[in-house]
Amino acid sequence: MSVSALLTPWFQRRCVSFVLVCGSTIALWVDLHLTFGQRKCIHKEHRFQKLQGICMNYHSPSSFADAARIAAQATGITRYLAGGTDVLVQMRAGAVTPDDIIDIKNIAGVHDISRTADGGFVIGAAVSGAQMGAHADLCAAWPGVVEGIELVGSTQVQGRATLTGNLCNGSPAADSVPGLVAAGAVAQVVNASGTRDVPIEDIPAGPGRANLAKGDVIASITLPARATGGGDAYMRFTPRTEMDIAVVGCSISLTVDGDTITSARVALGAVAPTVVLVPTAADAIIGTSLDDAAIDALVAAVTAAAKPISDKRGSAEFRKDVVGVLAKRVAKKAYARAKGEAV
Amino acid sequence: MSKVHVSTTVNGEPVEFLADTRDTLLDSLRDSLGLTGTKEGCGTGDCGACSVTVDGTLVCSCLMLGVEAQGKKIETIEGMANGAELHPLQRKFIEHAALQCGFCTPGILVASKALLEKNNNPTEEQVRYWLAGNLCRCTGYDKIIRAVMDAAAEMRGAA
Repeated sequence: MSVSALLTPWFQRRCVSFVLVCGSTIALWVDLHLTFGQRKCIHKEHRFQKLQGICMNYHSPSSFADAARIAAQATGITRYLAGGTDVLVQMRAGAVTPDDIIDIKNIAGVHDISRTADGGFVIGAAVSGAQMGAHADLCAAWPGVVEGIELVGSTQVQGRATLTGNLCNGSPAADSVPGLVAAGAVAQVVNASGTRDVPIEDIPAGPGRANLAKGDVIASITLPARATGGGDAYMRFTPRTEMDIAVVGCSISLTVDGDTITSARVALGAVAPTVVLVPTAADAIIGTSLDDAAIDALVAAVTAAAKPISDKRGSAEFRKDVVGVLAKRVAKKAYARAKGEAV
Repeated sequence: MSKVHVSTTVNGEPVEFLADTRDTLLDSLRDSLGLTGTKEGCGTGDCGACSVTVDGTLVCSCLMLGVEAQGKKIETIEGMANGAELHPLQRKFIEHAALQCGFCTPGILVASKALLEKNNNPTEEQVRYWLAGNLCRCTGYDKIIRAVMDAAAEMRGAA
């Protein structure tokens, strides 16, 4: 081949594409190699700790008071274990190595969905998403709360993942939390001095953090009785239809008298360091019949309240745009449900 | 702290094992009980290769500690065939060539069996959503879905 042939644009393009293909293959190989290499290290460390006799203490208390006492007395890293779908992933990744793990699943009533005297629902800390989805009365009263938890993970994850765990894990994108906040749900927090009720919106403190002190444990979450003329809904935006994390989430719970909205609560996910309650958005639709002007005011309020970051799943600008679109759709769905329409 | 003694039931048989408290149920099944039909794919609940049922509920055994198995009833792929007689799902997977490397197959079979016990006449969409947490990297999903639908039809006919 002559030198002039090497200089033809065709040959140069070929060379470039060859290098690109090789480059990406090598990058993929390096990537896989590093991933498996890391795994091996974690396994080796696990085995090394076993040999050294370093171990995780597994506790299985029979009451929340005992669980709180064990946590208060623990000196190292402590984790509660309900569904385990976050804790075990963190352990596997080496992000958290608990010294003490407190399994709350052997406490009486923790797997139950029970009713309060006034018609509310008490959801035990170990109730799974699958159990909630199979509870006809709960689905009829709080469809928005149920559709939130049912979006978390696969069928397998649904068999174990819990509402309380999703809340305590502290993800700003947690799918079940906006629905709870919009519903005005409260958590029953147990510690050595007793049990107190804490509104759900006061629990998240930031990504991965909760406003719970050492020795605090959530025993259950209570949803109020569904008021007459009430409806709620949750929607999220994800690039895929399943097995994905919310780029933006929105839940609205409202009540109507005739065509007029008499009360509302609007909660947003994945657009701030925590799930947020947005009273200005609720004010935009209260007293209206969800006409176009009310929807415009709602969209403006949620867009103003959203303080998102840009990351690999969406830019801040995109999230601010999508939060308005979702709020509009969710409001219409909740309004239709409140009026008794099947949606 | 020494290992924890766990008594449980696997595929109808009472078994006992000693578990390090950090072992997952998957580790216990494979390493302590020698039941290596259940596979480890991702170890983080994304791929479904480690699917088993615990008291009838489909779970990822990598997302559960071995010590949590105390007093439970576990069903794994090893309990699916009745001796030499394959389960209709297993037979249909072979007939439809719904596997290539086979690594995801035990998890998909266990997950599909759990679906058919709950709903013996699922739509294709229901099967696809139910199996969204079971990843297959070679066959693609068409043959798998067809095999599950065919097995469901046969099982309804036989019932």
